Amino acid sequence: MAVYKRNYKGYCGALTATWPRFLILTRYSYARLFQSRFLVIFLAACLFYPIGCAAFIYLSHNEKFLVLLQMPQGQLLAINGRFFYYYCIVQGAMAYLLTALVGPSLVSPDLVNGALPLYLCRPFSRAQYVAGKLSVLLVLLSLITWVPGLLLYLIETSVSGWDWGWENLWMAWGIFLGLAAWIVVLSLIGLALSAWVKWKIAAGAMVLGVFFAGAGFGSAIDSVLRTNYGALIDLTQVAHTIQADLLHFDSGTEMSVWDAWLVLGVACVLCLVLLARRVRAFEVVK
Amino acid sequence: MWHSPPPAVFGRQVEVIGRRPSALSGTQPGRLYDNIVAIRGATQHTGAVTQTDAVPVIELLGLSVRFGKREILRDLNISLSGRMVGLLGPNGAGKSTLIQTLLGFCPVSAGTARVLGHDISRERSRVRALVGYMPENDALIANMTAVSFVRMMGELSGLPPEAALERAHEVLFYVGLGEARYRPLGTYSLGMKQLAKLAQAIVHGPRLLILDEPSNGLDPPARQRMIRLIRDMKDSGEMRLLLCSHLLRDVEETCEEVLILKKGTIVHYSNLQQERSADKRFVEIETSGNDTGFAEDLDRIGCECTAVAPGRFKMIVPAQFELKEIYRLAAGRDLQLRRLNYRRDTLEDIFLKAMAD
Repeated sequence: MAVYKRNYKGYCGALTATWPRFLILTRYSYARLFQSRFLVIFLAACLFYPIGCAAFIYLSHNEKFLVLLQMPQGQLLAINGRFFYYYCIVQGAMAYLLTALVGPSLVSPDLVNGALPLYLCRPFSRAQYVAGKLSVLLVLLSLITWVPGLLLYLIETSVSGWDWGWENLWMAWGIFLGLAAWIVVLSLIGLALSAWVKWKIAAGAMVLGVFFAGAGFGSAIDSVLRTNYGALIDLTQVAHTIQADLLHFDSGTEMSVWDAWLVLGVACVLCLVLLARRVRAFEVVK
Repeated sequence: MWHSPPPAVFGRQVEVIGRRPSALSGTQPGRLYDNIVAIRGATQHTGAVTQTDAVPVIELLGLSVRFGKREILRDLNISLSGRMVGLLGPNGAGKSTLIQTLLGFCPVSAGTARVLGHDISRERSRVRALVGYMPENDALIANMTAVSFVRMMGELSGLPPEAALERAHEVLFYVGLGEARYRPLGTYSLGMKQLAKLAQAIVHGPRLLILDEPSNGLDPPARQRMIRLIRDMKDSGEMRLLLCSHLLRDVEETCEEVLILKKGTIVHYSNLQQERSADKRFVEIETSGNDTGFAEDLDRIGCECTAVAPGRFKMIVPAQFELKEIYRLAAGRDLQLRRLNYRRDTLEDIFLKAMAD
């Protein structure tokens, strides 16, 4: 800017639409996140298992390879609900670790730095703020969960024929719905804990702790009270129950699927309440 | 690293002429600047000002705010139209709550308020689009560079990405952080952080700029720089300003209207601009002897007089009034005049009086 022009001027240009502005936060968050080399490496590592699965699907239909192994077709692991159930378990676990890594850095820095009034004094709502931060996690987790899962389904369809794909369409639906529900819960827990615990490291530990503590307390309740209701606070088991049901696989759990959906719903509502209480432009000191 | 803004030549001309309201007969002091701006041919400025001139900057209509059982703001009623309004009050008076309410952060329990003609409850988004806010506390993202931070804030206010980047560079140069704009905000000194907060508040070209303690924690040169920037923005004619500060000198130097709050109510309103431009003389006298009824006698000869202490009187004398009348009156009562000097209430006097009432 030229020195002679250095006096105040207003802005008279065009303005962008209001509703997609939450994506601005997403964009800037990605720019910040991908400055971390560790995160990039971890994200790449999260894709190893899907790549391995894709290779397995391809090779299990490759006659030359099967001849080389001296194995008749169909003797290798079948590509069915069980295969995709284990895929969901592995990628769900990776999504959980990624949430613990990324989630705490989303809201807590804004709270620590007191930056929320700066966001919210603009034509930008609290809901948009949460949507912007949530999108960061949802997109990242989608990239390592249901997106490669559906790609595996399409690869299997392409090598087994469209009839297989049509007959097993419920698998695609199961992969998408089971993993989408899981990543929504993970993202909300990651954000809520990031908003609740201002210290980033503590928030990361809390994300890990919620699941481990849930599993521990659940087992303790089950053994002390001799019931099965303890499993309801073990979110991992809840998610496995839903995924097993959607992929027609018997995981051996005694939890009702409706109970599992209810628990996920309650967890989401609790996280949203927590976010609504914390994501504010100011704090009322009682 | 620090660049003070150049003197706003256009603003200075306005100010000089603005001290002579009689030059444009029938023009209200608040409007005088706008007329002169129009005369100078700054068409882009006059458009903005005329639009906001038609309506008061801030209108409080029975506004009350309550947190739980505690009433923070109580039935505030006032209309403020000045180019720059000062908001004063002791700690806990409700200044910050009033600002947060205007921004739509605090729910209104009764009444309403309008900012530039827009209702704060029903048109919250519109109000926020018109307002720039510089908070009192640290409110920066430490690991972002100043330019990307200000750009992001511009984009969130609705500027397209390219325009936001251009404006971010411009406003950072304007506030004097041009050379430091690629440094992370976490490495900034307190004064630089204040300037960065100011930059994010003006990046989208707001019509009303709310400054909450802008000179907080600044050393004298940095404070001067901040005040100069505030004056420059005021004189640009592009925006109205609301300044909330504990430093009465800052308010006195810059504001045209002052609103004093105490315990959530308005205890005093003063139009400094009108008082400065009014053709009145403020006289203070000290007497020795029996001065009972002297104040009433002064009132009778046309002075607006108050006894501030035994033997001390303050008065406003009319334009054509001759001071000989006071001497004559004192001589008639055999009262000795020990001192007579011209003195108007400083903002500090006004503030202390409002606090004592």
